[in-house]
Amino acid sequence: MSANDTMPHLAVRDLSIHFPTDDGLVRAVDGLSFGLERGKTLGIVGESGSGKSVTSLGILGLHSGGNARLSGEIWLDGDELISAPPEAVRRLRGKKMAMIFQDPLSAMHPYYSVGKQIIEAYRIHNDVSKAAARRHAIDMLGRVGIPQPDRRVDDYPHQFSGGMRQRAMIAMALSCDPELLIADEPTTALDVTVQAQILDLMRDLQREFNSALIIITHDLGVVAELADDILVMYGGKCVEYGAAEDIFLTPEHPYTWGLLSSVPRLDREPTERLKPIKGAPPSLINIPSGCAFHPRCPYAAESGERAKEEVPPLAETATGGHLVRCHLSRARRREIWENDVKPILETT
Amino acid sequence: MITYIIRRLIGAVIMLVIVSIVTFAIFFLVPRLVGATPESMASRYAGRTATAETQHLIAQRLGFYDPMPVQYGRFVKGLVVGAEYDTGTSVEKCPAPCFGYSYLTQQPVWPDLVDRSRVTFSLGVGAAVIWVIAGVATGVISALRRRSFFDRAAMGIALAGVSMPVFFTGMISLVFFSYYLGWTVPGGTYVDFTVDPFQWAYSLILPWVTLAFLFAAGYARLTRAGMLETMNEDYIRTARAKGLPERTVVVKHGLRAALTPIVTIFGLDFGLLLGGAVLTESTFSLNGLGKYAIEAIVSNDLPKVMGVTLLTAVFVVIANLIVDLLYAVVDPRVRLA
Ligand SMILES: Nc1ncnc2c1ncn2[C@@H]1O[C@H](COP(=O)(O)OP(=O)(O)OP(=O)(O)O)[C@@H](O)[C@H]1O
Ligand code: SF4
Ligand SMILES: [Mg+2]
Repeated sequence: MSANDTMPHLAVRDLSIHFPTDDGLVRAVDGLSFGLERGKTLGIVGESGSGKSVTSLGILGLHSGGNARLSGEIWLDGDELISAPPEAVRRLRGKKMAMIFQDPLSAMHPYYSVGKQIIEAYRIHNDVSKAAARRHAIDMLGRVGIPQPDRRVDDYPHQFSGGMRQRAMIAMALSCDPELLIADEPTTALDVTVQAQILDLMRDLQREFNSALIIITHDLGVVAELADDILVMYGGKCVEYGAAEDIFLTPEHPYTWGLLSSVPRLDREPTERLKPIKGAPPSLINIPSGCAFHPRCPYAAESGERAKEEVPPLAETATGGHLVRCHLSRARRREIWENDVKPILETT
Repeated sequence: MITYIIRRLIGAVIMLVIVSIVTFAIFFLVPRLVGATPESMASRYAGRTATAETQHLIAQRLGFYDPMPVQYGRFVKGLVVGAEYDTGTSVEKCPAPCFGYSYLTQQPVWPDLVDRSRVTFSLGVGAAVIWVIAGVATGVISALRRRSFFDRAAMGIALAGVSMPVFFTGMISLVFFSYYLGWTVPGGTYVDFTVDPFQWAYSLILPWVTLAFLFAAGYARLTRAGMLETMNEDYIRTARAKGLPERTVVVKHGLRAALTPIVTIFGLDFGLLLGGAVLTESTFSLNGLGKYAIEAIVSNDLPKVMGVTLLTAVFVVIANLIVDLLYAVVDPRVRLA
């Protein structure tokens, strides 16, 4: 396959996932494209309901309901997944691509021991004896930092603490050494102190396993230190995408500015810490016309009627590979960021 | 786990004690409270023609003049170690568990109960196997193919099954399969398992299916509801994310979690069924416990009625105990609590 040489290990092209419902068509994901190499981390960021989870489930072929409409391409290591038969995708699941979910308590089966669940994940893709799989499960539990793994392996999920459970989930996801690991809000359900530990663990393990890692979060702070690239989603679409330092140092989309100012910071008074973006996220059935962010955007007036009528293209900025979906001119965006937004972020 | 089992066992024993007290009260205490005298109670044993003197004598022999706690003690002792009755001419031994003597036949009730239980057990166990398998399988398929033709048809039939009385479905299947098609035997031809297992199954297949139909309907609905719920759980998505084949996801992860309420209901149903497959046994002329109870009530043979009542209650208690123990097997959160 000639495309292989130039294509990243994971390449998502023009991915759309729509759900026809009684109330109308839910455009959960619309025309999303990105690429990711092994050993690299992509952070997908956006408010609740922006289509982050649907994206990740779509990649694994787990989008719920037989009525989902998928289009576009998902290439993993030279295989296209959307056109592949479900059985072939099933075989890749857990082996080449794995997932960690938000709430480890509900994501683990309450009736099977932690060890059994890891053994099951391992044996489905590896033809090994139960004893060997058990040794592997204990080894994996040890590697994710669970003390006395040979004893804890027979415990049930409810006997683990929240952080331990998420560690066990990570052990389960990594048990087959996947090329792609997707973590959907892996720390949201955990205590703040545990969050940092889990993120550290994920960074260490990613180096060790050299997998491509996608971290999904609504909190830019979570991916600040982990991600190589960041993709900001709004209303099912990508509104800004680029290298992490570009997004943090010179963000150019008004929505990203809003996200940055709502990052919780421990060094501020609780009342000042969070400045949520005004207004509610859009309904994915009735996405606002033109720029989907315009009802909430403080700069919408500057581009006049265009904001309401014309969907801004995802266009490259001055720095290569940094894409932004906004009608404002590059110069104007730079100006607003440098003069209006950045100073406020730094002082308050 | 051990403490859990011990707790349940103690609970079951307490239940049995309560059962014995309540049964005793119903058959010996309540009649006295509503006006029966020791003589009038004894007269049932003596027959209608007995003189007042005979009645008095019998009442004395049976201890009806003793204080109630003493009578209860004798009643329990009879159940546990057996009892002896002085009939005047000889001393009859009623071996444990002594459920008393029939008014009519003057025979101990217990051997009859055992005999009848074999029939009822055969009927119940066979029907249970069929209804659990058929009901659960139907429920699972219905849940997975929600709103499909299969689902609608199965749930329609299930609704009919729940609301149709056994004597109705029983009669129809008897007429159809036995008289018209000649595939099965008519009622009243029970062959014991120890005599001929094949004939045993053959003689019971129609009552099994009829009884199973009644229960399977409920189990199908219960399983369907449970599966619809569990298949939406996060851990099902995790199971799929591991790359498990759909069949494993459904059975090992989905059904496993939906099993708890089914186990509960099964324990209750099975216990009750053993005590009272009355309609099925009557419809198919099977000499089981249910028919025994009817005969006893019709002929006013109180010791028999008491025997069936007590035995039924014991079945229910034991079934509940088994359910509790099964719970621990099914749900580790119970076991380790
Ligand atoms: N099977 C489905 N049918 C219809 N709509 C769906 C389906 N699955 C998801 N959606 C809708 O798609 C939208 C995007 O959901 P998604 O879970 O991807 O959001 P998210 O960005 O992960 O948000 P959160 O931060 O809350 O997890 C939601 O509004 C949801 O209601
Ligand atoms: S296009 Fe207009 S409304 Fe949309 S983000 Fe840019 S400035 Fe705001
Ligand atoms: Mg989500």
